[in-house]
Amino acid sequence: MGDYINLFIQAAFVENLALAFFLGMCTFLAVSKRVETALGLGIAVVAVQIITVPVNHLIHKLLLSEGALAWAGLPDVDLSFLGLVSYIGVIAALVQILEMTLDRYFPKLYNALGIFLPLITVNCAILGGTLFMVERQYTLGESVVFGAGSGFGWALALVGLAGIREKLKYSDVPEGLQGLGITFIITGLMSLGFMSFSGIRL
Amino acid sequence: MSDARKILIDPLVDNNPVTLQVLGICSALAVTTSLLPSLLMCVALTSVAALSSAAISSIRHHVPNNIRIIVQMTIIASFVILVDQLLRAYAFETSKQLSVFVGLIITNCIVLGRAEAFAMKNGVGMSFLDGLGNGLGYSVILILVATCRELFGAGTLLGYPILPLVADGGWYQTNGLMLLPPSAFFIIGMLIWAVRSWKKAQVEKPDYRIHAVHRTEAL
Repeated sequence: MGDYINLFIQAAFVENLALAFFLGMCTFLAVSKRVETALGLGIAVVAVQIITVPVNHLIHKLLLSEGALAWAGLPDVDLSFLGLVSYIGVIAALVQILEMTLDRYFPKLYNALGIFLPLITVNCAILGGTLFMVERQYTLGESVVFGAGSGFGWALALVGLAGIREKLKYSDVPEGLQGLGITFIITGLMSLGFMSFSGIRL
Repeated sequence: MSDARKILIDPLVDNNPVTLQVLGICSALAVTTSLLPSLLMCVALTSVAALSSAAISSIRHHVPNNIRIIVQMTIIASFVILVDQLLRAYAFETSKQLSVFVGLIITNCIVLGRAEAFAMKNGVGMSFLDGLGNGLGYSVILILVATCRELFGAGTLLGYPILPLVADGGWYQTNGLMLLPPSAFFIIGMLIWAVRSWKKAQVEKPDYRIHAVHRTEAL
């Protein structure tokens, strides 16, 4: 159990996908203008991440990795080069399903997220989470925790940045630095803040 | 001809995908701690962008509109797999350093963005040049950031010592911050500032204007 908590904290704070690995930056910068939309997108990303990482883990273990097809009588087949296409396919399909579910049951959230929902497909944080899972060879349990932690960390960073940017309206920023420039520097400072979590273990 | 040149040169500064359009910063900044992996990353991304733009443009009349994203993703993913396998075969050590970031070229917004915005409407040759130009524009930023970070963070370039380190009896004390993620954000923020001070047209209109209040008025 302790291992799982450690992994969660590691994934959410120390190795924050947005602030330590620069993943999902495009959406991160585009959606962080208002706290409400940031929160909605953050929740959607957490949901997608919790589902996709374990599903891709199963696909990797049962279909693609070397010797995984032994149950089908093909012990020598190594399909791992098909990984990227399969993972992105799974992600695209899941996002589509999530979109339809939200449209049916939570139309308000669906409308608030708008264009950014389908864009989760090309959010590098999602594919990044899956690829890290494959590279670090997590087990099924670990991959669920890693998905939850990394999604949560990304959402936290997004909402934090949105909060800062809402306050930023009142500050007097030099002309060339306005908008994108200052946002990058703030993100850098946030990243410094998140790094201070490193070394925390339970 | 001038058209082709414009398409190739424009994304370098005037319409840079990273500093102006905020595309494609996602997958790549983590590799900029040293120059060599960044160079490989640039080559990988530029070739994927150029080739996939050309390929997508060549089939643009045959793709039904509502499944175009899936088709584009599949084409891009195939090229990325190709590049990934090539890197593993010929530059194994560096490809280990790049870890997941080669795979993440698939979700790099520059590649999909150019496919969607340009390749679906223009001919094969032009799309190839457009992909190439945008890849190069991305490379310029990546190389600048990587040079800053490796030079000031470790005192080396491409692994060769440039600034003599204090540890080896020289005068340069390495700046450890440069090797950590925050520095990349700062450098890009500064780069954007520099580019926008040079090209005034790129300055964003502020949502809110703060009026300068005369001191006596305020009192």
